[in-house]
Amino acid sequence: MKAFNKNNIIQIIILVAIIIIGNVLVSVGIIDSYIELNIVLIGINIILAVSLNLIVGFTGLFSLGHAAFMSIGAYTSAVLTRNFNSPFIFAILMSGLVASLAGILIGIPTLRLKGDYLAIATLGFGEIVRVLALNNDYIGGAIGFNDIPQYTNWNYTFIMVVLTVVLISNFVKSSHGRACISIRENEIASEAMGINTTFYKVLAFAIGAFFAGIAGSLYANYFYFIKPDSFGFMKSIDILVMVVFGGLGSIPGSIIGALSLTVISTLLQSIPDLRMVIYAVILFLIMLFRPQGIMGDTEFRLLNKKEVKHNVSSKGK
Amino acid sequence: MLELKDLNVYYGAIHALKGLNLNINPGEIVSLIGANGAGKSTTLRTISGLEKSKSGYILLDGMKINSVPAPDIVKLGLSHVPEGRRIFPQMSIMENLEMGAYTRKDKEGINKDYNKVFELFPILEERKQQLAGTLSGGEQQMLAIGRGLMSKPKLLLLDEPSMGLAPIIVNEIFSVIKNINEDGTTVLLVEQNANMALKLSDRAYIIRNGEIELEGKSEELLNNEKVRKAYLEG
Ligand SMILES: Nc1ncnc2c1ncn2[C@@H]1O[C@H](COP(=O)(O)OP(=O)(O)OP(=O)(O)O)[C@@H](O)[C@H]1O
Ligand SMILES: [Mg+2]
Repeated sequence: MKAFNKNNIIQIIILVAIIIIGNVLVSVGIIDSYIELNIVLIGINIILAVSLNLIVGFTGLFSLGHAAFMSIGAYTSAVLTRNFNSPFIFAILMSGLVASLAGILIGIPTLRLKGDYLAIATLGFGEIVRVLALNNDYIGGAIGFNDIPQYTNWNYTFIMVVLTVVLISNFVKSSHGRACISIRENEIASEAMGINTTFYKVLAFAIGAFFAGIAGSLYANYFYFIKPDSFGFMKSIDILVMVVFGGLGSIPGSIIGALSLTVISTLLQSIPDLRMVIYAVILFLIMLFRPQGIMGDTEFRLLNKKEVKHNVSSKGK
Repeated sequence: MLELKDLNVYYGAIHALKGLNLNINPGEIVSLIGANGAGKSTTLRTISGLEKSKSGYILLDGMKINSVPAPDIVKLGLSHVPEGRRIFPQMSIMENLEMGAYTRKDKEGINKDYNKVFELFPILEERKQQLAGTLSGGEQQMLAIGRGLMSKPKLLLLDEPSMGLAPIIVNEIFSVIKNINEDGTTVLLVEQNANMALKLSDRAYIIRNGEIELEGKSEELLNNEKVRKAYLEG
């Protein structure tokens, strides 16, 4: 197996170049704090949308609780960096792991539910997490968690976005990813093929939750302050809208969805009431004119140009 | 090869299989015939580990497999082609076949079996890259059977392959089932189309309300008065 080919090297050079350019732009002040704020927000939303897409778009599990995983990650990171002075990279990793563990715990009992039932169960899970956080004084309860050190910057955001996109794209293309897609396509047939559908559903949930936890960590350590209501039901819907907007089962779609809706929402910041209305209208128009999302189910060909090849020797006629 | 002994299956309070007995010898085509709701699909689903039996035995080459999980049943050489052409619509034909080989690791063997499937169903090779959801009903059924073969089964369980298909297509599919059997795969064929199934199979069981009502050589059942009345006429 060739781990690196020419393409990979070019990709890595491009990525390193982007990181360096970003740093230069930050240091000379072209990326000022306002632009940086938006870049971080876009990055966090890309991570959230791509990870939710794995659950909803690829595996076909209708989850309405993605913000809860983000919340778990955010609080984990806040506690670790503020109360225990732990290094940020460790906090990021732990946020992912704790969120992922929560994903597994909630996944095992609920993932045998189908469709609407699963949606309601995940909705309930999101509310439980929020209420638990509201009533836990150690993490600030309803007042919120203050004085979180600000570690998130351009570098962390960019690297985490790239890692999320690359790892989830690769997962989706692997045979494990195929198993997840086959569950979405037809669960009964998938079982009949000998695929352990429960295992793969929990796996998709765990991976999705892992990255949502990382997004939470980036969020907490950028904004100094978090409160349970930042990660409520509406945030879960927000993420879902990005995924649907971009296209269920399309990773580039999720990136474009996160990017465009974050920008729209920033532009509408001064009129928060209108924001939800415009969101609803956008969603309505998408469903009407392009129900498969902006990108349909387009897959990434940018990061890995290798076309899917089937090794079937065609027989001579 | 496969033996069901006094098999009982419940869905909650519904007693779907009531002490079922059935036996399949290596190399045979056995058909299981019955009306809607008789318990045919339940029988197949229980054999392949998708439903749990309450009591009784499922013996595969003498080994009890009642509580073996579904993925391991596939590895033991049982392949289940479910009712209603459950293909993966947004995957290509090729990808569907790949999924059929999911439990296998032997790349070379898998490649050989793609070609075997393509020999049985040349149309699938022509349409290799086409999305399975865009195939006609008959082609989807061919794909479902081809996909079932990709796990390299000793015993192929087919659930109503003729369902909703024109007679000419049914003929085509049944003649392929015959070919598959002649290549050494044992077949358990579930059908409502009693006439076709009895003509194809060596032996048959007639199931009614979760119980075997009649069994015997297929030719004999074809001429059996009761069978003619209930399943072949009208
Ligand atoms: N998931 C289920 N829950 C409850 N009852 C079920 C379930 N699946 C099947 N049954 C019941 O079990 C009985 C046998 O059903 P089964 O699907 O095995 O019949 P069948 O012979 O395959 O019929 P058909 O020819 O219509 O496919 C029926 O009475 C059916 O209503
Ligand atoms: Mg049936």
